[in-house]
Amino acid sequence: MIRDLAETFGGFVRTFGASQLFFARLLAESPRVLLRPSLVSKQVYNAGALSLVLIMVCGFFVGAVIGLQSYSNLARFGAEDQVGPFSALALMKELGPVITALLFAGRAGTALASEIGLMRVTDQLSAMEMMAIDPVVRVAVPRFLGGAFSLPLLVAIFTSIGILGAYVVGVPLMGLDSGAFWSEMKQGVAQADIWEGIIKSIVFGIAASLIAVWEGYNCQPTAEGVGRATTRTVVISAVVVLIFDFMITAIAIT
Amino acid sequence: MQQTKSVEIGTGAFVLLGFAALFFLTTQTSNLQSFDDGYFDVTAHFDNIGGLKVRSPVSMAGVKIGRVQSIEFDRERFDALVVLRIDAKYDQIPDDSDASILTAGLLGSQYVGLQPGGSDLYLEEGSELEFTQSAIVLENLIGRFLVNAGGSD
Repeated sequence: MIRDLAETFGGFVRTFGASQLFFARLLAESPRVLLRPSLVSKQVYNAGALSLVLIMVCGFFVGAVIGLQSYSNLARFGAEDQVGPFSALALMKELGPVITALLFAGRAGTALASEIGLMRVTDQLSAMEMMAIDPVVRVAVPRFLGGAFSLPLLVAIFTSIGILGAYVVGVPLMGLDSGAFWSEMKQGVAQADIWEGIIKSIVFGIAASLIAVWEGYNCQPTAEGVGRATTRTVVISAVVVLIFDFMITAIAIT
Repeated sequence: MQQTKSVEIGTGAFVLLGFAALFFLTTQTSNLQSFDDGYFDVTAHFDNIGGLKVRSPVSMAGVKIGRVQSIEFDRERFDALVVLRIDAKYDQIPDDSDASILTAGLLGSQYVGLQPGGSDLYLEEGSELEFTQSAIVLENLIGRFLVNAGGSD
């Protein structure tokens, strides 16, 4: 029993260490890949542009519901004017980065993991090695860079559309004053709040892309293995993103 | 060929939209640190700052003209040393103006209000506001009310 636990824990530490070495390898090869931007821009399209509609629709409705909830609760204290800063801060600091990262893991992360996993199953990665092409450089690094570059942009789009959603609910629907909405928001939001969201989105982008590429690259070369790699991508990304979210918030507040 | 074209358009549109959104967030949603024409710092000592915070607004006649840059405890005078950062375009404020800590709304946040004095000299970098009025602390107010209510019997 205890031996089983120790083995499981040892296996976890080993996988974790291997993934960190893989991360170091990705970073070390990145400058070489950046010299061929067409490889990366293709992945920016796959990870970013194809997620755009999903992110915009979700962002709008998340912003709208935050506007609605904050309005109905703030109205009890006669503080309806605070809907603007409340929604903007909630979206910038928490909802924008976290929900976008979770959606990204579900939309782009699974696509990355299953694509690389299928390359593994069909021996395409081995074939590249036979042709003296490093599959890490040709396959893993461009996907990692594309994902890590796309997520911060997706977060910015999500947050902006979300603020628009809160505006649509607050101003035309609930009858708030448009000027008060914007000026209170400008009063209440500091540059540090915006930077907190940007830093979170960069960290989440690196984490979610790394997990997707790692899981795909190291999947069992079977149909079941690809399925398991996609599932693990979503699960691990969600857990890691939420842990990082707490840690960055704790650092920002203290 | 058609495929590549739509990929290129999609990527370009996505990246442009992303940077536009970043630009919107960094410039349009916050103006706390925007002193377009520069600024100058003046100091003021308060006996009690109440709930005043760094970045609280400084206003004159209700118009925001700056913000609180820092709040420190003065170890010699045993009061609070507040540095006010004022937008440089308001450079004709008399130097005998008085500063008081006021509250916006019933539960609202506190801010520094300036009342103009009559001097011919103007506030500039490093000036000190001599006349200050502390924040009204609710407990003191209630205490005074209770004393008055007791005295009238």
